[in-house]
Amino acid sequence: MRRRRWLNAFLGTSAGAMVASILYPVVRYLVPPELPEAPTTRALAAREDELRPNQGRLFRFGSRPGLLLRLPDGSYRAYDGTCTHLNCTVQYRPDLRQIWCACHNGYYDVGGRNVSGPPPRPLDAWEVHVANGEVVVTRKA
Amino acid sequence: MSGLPAARAWAWLDERAGLSALGELARHKRVPLHRHSLWYYLGGMALFLFSIQVGTGILLLLYYRGSAGEAFESVQFIMAKVPFGWLIRSLHSWSANVLMFVVFAHMFSTFFLKSYRRPRELTWFTGMGLLGLMLAFGFSGYLLPWNTLAFFATQVGTEVAGSVPVVGRFILRLLRGGDQVTGGTLTRFYGIHVAVLPALTTVVLGLHLVLVQKHGMSVPPGVEEESRREGRAPRTLPFVPSFLLRDAIGWCAALGVLAALAALFPWELGTKADPFAAAPAGIRPEWYFGFMFQTLKMLPGHVLGVEGELLGIAAFTVGALVWLVAPLLDRRPGHPASRAFTVLGWAVLAYIVAFTVLMYVRN
Repeated sequence: MRRRRWLNAFLGTSAGAMVASILYPVVRYLVPPELPEAPTTRALAAREDELRPNQGRLFRFGSRPGLLLRLPDGSYRAYDGTCTHLNCTVQYRPDLRQIWCACHNGYYDVGGRNVSGPPPRPLDAWEVHVANGEVVVTRKA
Repeated sequence: MSGLPAARAWAWLDERAGLSALGELARHKRVPLHRHSLWYYLGGMALFLFSIQVGTGILLLLYYRGSAGEAFESVQFIMAKVPFGWLIRSLHSWSANVLMFVVFAHMFSTFFLKSYRRPRELTWFTGMGLLGLMLAFGFSGYLLPWNTLAFFATQVGTEVAGSVPVVGRFILRLLRGGDQVTGGTLTRFYGIHVAVLPALTTVVLGLHLVLVQKHGMSVPPGVEEESRREGRAPRTLPFVPSFLLRDAIGWCAALGVLAALAALFPWELGTKADPFAAAPAGIRPEWYFGFMFQTLKMLPGHVLGVEGELLGIAAFTVGALVWLVAPLLDRRPGHPASRAFTVLGWAVLAYIVAFTVLMYVRN
């Protein structure tokens, strides 16, 4: 009887190890690899003559959308274009002079602060540099 | 061996496959007949609509291409160029929505008639599993045309899954196939929609049907009580052919309604998804996710120091768990505690209806 128990334990652990050796690569395969993307630190958001005062546009910042605003006084602001609530892409509403997320009706002021609706945090602000007719946005890495 | 060829073929098959046992089963299966019997037809209706999904889904597979560069165009091709492509796709989309409605109605009727009580708890659990699978079918299938609405619905839906404490990021990356919703997500959802979910559904649906067969239809406690008081057995109807023929009338009607819906209101395709465009105004998910969407929309950023979305998602999770284990908690039909479950059911139903309507009114 002791020999049977020993055999069962031996076969059981062998079978367990075999199942684990099959499951492990499957689980690892399911999770996508972390691609070490070179972090984007600067992007050309627009040419200087493209945006009128009180207008906004989305631009590519690496793999993320960025939002560039030109305020009524002619100055620029840039933010991460992803809503802090559930990841939708925001847009500028010239009629309200606010940044709006259509998905769950979240509002931010032109300073990127969440002012109404569900967003829990302000938008990440990026730096804007205007030189040689180009509006360039940078973010500290 | 003698007799007609059909009879001989039957005898040949019966000897090898034991068909007469199935025939015997069909002959003995009876369905209770009472004032709530109408609700019994919903399960069969759900099964019929699901078979339409399988059929039209297989047909769509012949032309659909599951990549970000081609998905939208291939659905456009199905809708505009393939003979009857518009019909097949519209049937698939309409039938999916009607199926969701029927599944919800089936669930609530089971809940209110207390059909989940002993010994049918496992039937309820497998039914809830099927509801989860149908919702997963709806969510994954919604992305496949790769249009703007679907893109943002997926963005939000996967973000919700990703906000689960501890394992959230793992789930999010597992679902999206990376950190963002991309063509990789589409490929994943395609595989989930046409291979993983059908395989799981086959198993769970099989279990559900075996359990329904094993226990027969549940007679509501009120009806059971009445027949006990009157000292007579509840009336029944033979499943074959009476109940099945009545089922078939419903199926024919459903097919007619679906064909009319598909012809009069072909399913829209919208605009192709652009990961760098803003979420469009009036964006909303399919109606069956509407109550959750509207709740998340109305919760403020912070409630008592906790992020509103986290609180909402936690509440939905707890609510779903309580709903799932209801048969284990509600064990004494007729007892006042059991009536509390009925009240809970009405409250849940009222909440779902109110918030779904609110989504359409507010958008």
